[in-house]
Amino acid sequence: MTITTDSAKVKAMAATTNIIASERVTKTYGKGENRFTALDNVSFKVKAGESVAIIGKSGSGKSTLMHLLALMDKPTSGTIMIEGNDAGQLSGSKLDKLRNQTFGFVFQQFFLNGNASVLENVILPLKIAGVGSRARKQRGMEVLRDVELEDKAKNKANDLSGGQKQRAVIARALVNDPQIIFADEPTGNLDSATGKKVEDILFKLNQEKGITLIIVTHDEDLAKRCSRRIQIKDGKLVGDKR
Amino acid sequence: MRLIDILTTASTNMLRSKLRTSLTIIAIFVGALTLTLTNGIGAGISSYVDRQLGNLGANDVLIVQVADQNTGISSDAPKAYDPNRKTTTSGAGFSRAVLTQADITKIAAQPGVIKVQPEQSVSPDYIAGPNGSKYQVTVSQNIGAAHLDLAAGNNINDASTQNQIIIPVSYVSSLGFADAGAAVGKPVTLAVTDAFGLTTLHTGTIVGVQQKGLIGGGGVIINTSFNNELYNAQTVGLPIATKQQYAYALAYFDPAATTSQVDAIKAGLKSDGFTAQTVQDTIGVFKSVISGIIGVLDAFGIIALLAASFGIVNTLLMSVQERTKEIGLMKAMGMNSRRVFMLFSLEAVMIGFWGSLIGVVVAEIIGHLADSIVSKGLLSGLPGLQLLAFPAANVAKVMLLIMGIAFLAGTLPAWRAARQNPIDALRYE
Repeated sequence: MTITTDSAKVKAMAATTNIIASERVTKTYGKGENRFTALDNVSFKVKAGESVAIIGKSGSGKSTLMHLLALMDKPTSGTIMIEGNDAGQLSGSKLDKLRNQTFGFVFQQFFLNGNASVLENVILPLKIAGVGSRARKQRGMEVLRDVELEDKAKNKANDLSGGQKQRAVIARALVNDPQIIFADEPTGNLDSATGKKVEDILFKLNQEKGITLIIVTHDEDLAKRCSRRIQIKDGKLVGDKR
Repeated sequence: MRLIDILTTASTNMLRSKLRTSLTIIAIFVGALTLTLTNGIGAGISSYVDRQLGNLGANDVLIVQVADQNTGISSDAPKAYDPNRKTTTSGAGFSRAVLTQADITKIAAQPGVIKVQPEQSVSPDYIAGPNGSKYQVTVSQNIGAAHLDLAAGNNINDASTQNQIIIPVSYVSSLGFADAGAAVGKPVTLAVTDAFGLTTLHTGTIVGVQQKGLIGGGGVIINTSFNNELYNAQTVGLPIATKQQYAYALAYFDPAATTSQVDAIKAGLKSDGFTAQTVQDTIGVFKSVISGIIGVLDAFGIIALLAASFGIVNTLLMSVQERTKEIGLMKAMGMNSRRVFMLFSLEAVMIGFWGSLIGVVVAEIIGHLADSIVSKGLLSGLPGLQLLAFPAANVAKVMLLIMGIAFLAGTLPAWRAARQNPIDALRYE
């Protein structure tokens, strides 16, 4: 494995580059009297290789923040910077490409296609990217090995246990070799033992491959394992602890 | 996403809800079957009619008559009496103007007309073959290079100075021939009676035997040389003015003439006081009736397809609903809206493809079965009729049409899928 060179590269980069940054980001929904401010003037910078927990109560705006950071939504005002570039300036297809090649997603509800095989699910981002059939299968098996699911590659996703499903989701997030993994309550649907195992995989990826983690959670224990905790309350950034 | 991946993904998606997809395919199948069958009947009958029209005459001939407003239904006022205009009395007491020798000269002078052949109507008393039995017969002169539907032998050679005759297949055994082939090359006798009541016998050689048909046929067809001989024998003793009166004349033009050139000849003849029609003109009504019937049948097929297309809309809308999260996930992972649209519209096209393919195949099987049953039973009186014909181009057109309709039906659901917002989709419960 080439983890050492990877992490060396990432560490060199980490010293200089903010991989993602939120600059005075505000997001409002609705108009007039129904106007609701989900995020209010939120600014912070994330360096490559950090593991960031976004914490807050439900309805605090933390999910909205994650959607904005993941470029699935546009802020009402302010900018999201990716590697120093304003993401708001990117055209639709460049945005799609950036999401496809730079980001990985882990969801609480998994969003696996139950009737397709585990391998098919895992290689979906590569399929979207237009990678050839043989290359994506090879890469798919590689990442399944990383999450210790290679023996389940041909099983239907429905036949997996919760922990296995979340590991498959992590494999899917990893398959396009992303720089950032966004995780929305990754352990929310798992019991504490399997949740622990999933956490271990995520932090191992963070440490060994230097992948930046942005985790939305209200699980205190998970938040504590992160190198940084950003707290959101009523749409405002109220805490940023390292 | 590569096109091949979109195709395979669309086809696996199509099979995900097998019952629903198969029901939609059945609906499409019914429409495709109807349309292919009506088209098949249309093509079958058209090609039969075209062959029958060939029996009537060639394409390079105009049938020229005196323009006579008193015949047929006309809103025009009656024509003033013209002492120079000859009339003849036909069967039911209608009189109509006839062509005189002067008219023939006028028609021949028309630019574009190569040759004029006045119709010298002969009515023989009987026809007799080798067995000596006498039968009633009607005679028609060969119109140009007619494309006859022959059971045996060849077409008439109009330039030949020999007396040539084509007999209908129904005369073969009555005249004493073993079969159609045996009749070819054998002599037959036609008897005509002149103005003095003297009957003369004239012999011609059978060159061909005409297949039984829908239109045309029924009588014998003879070449110009034979016709002249019979006409001359029949008109012995008539005054020359009566002899040179013709119901119509055939005006020949260049076979390569374009429609507009033919129209110009027709217009020229019209201004000279004649009506001129091609063989195709005279049976144009017949053809338009047939195409009208086919049109109605096609309309039923289209109605069935329209109903089926709503089935596609419904099926795909449900799929989009079911796959909201999946679409959201794919969009979050960088799949662009155009690809999502393609994914769903291709699924619609595939449903259309399978439905139409099955429909076309079943229609062909039904067509062949129906043909073999009908040609032995109900329509055995129409030899040479293939009720259903399936030219590859027609079948391809039907399939393309259905896939087109399916695509259009798929656009609404596909558009709905394409504009899914990943956030809303992933939140959707």
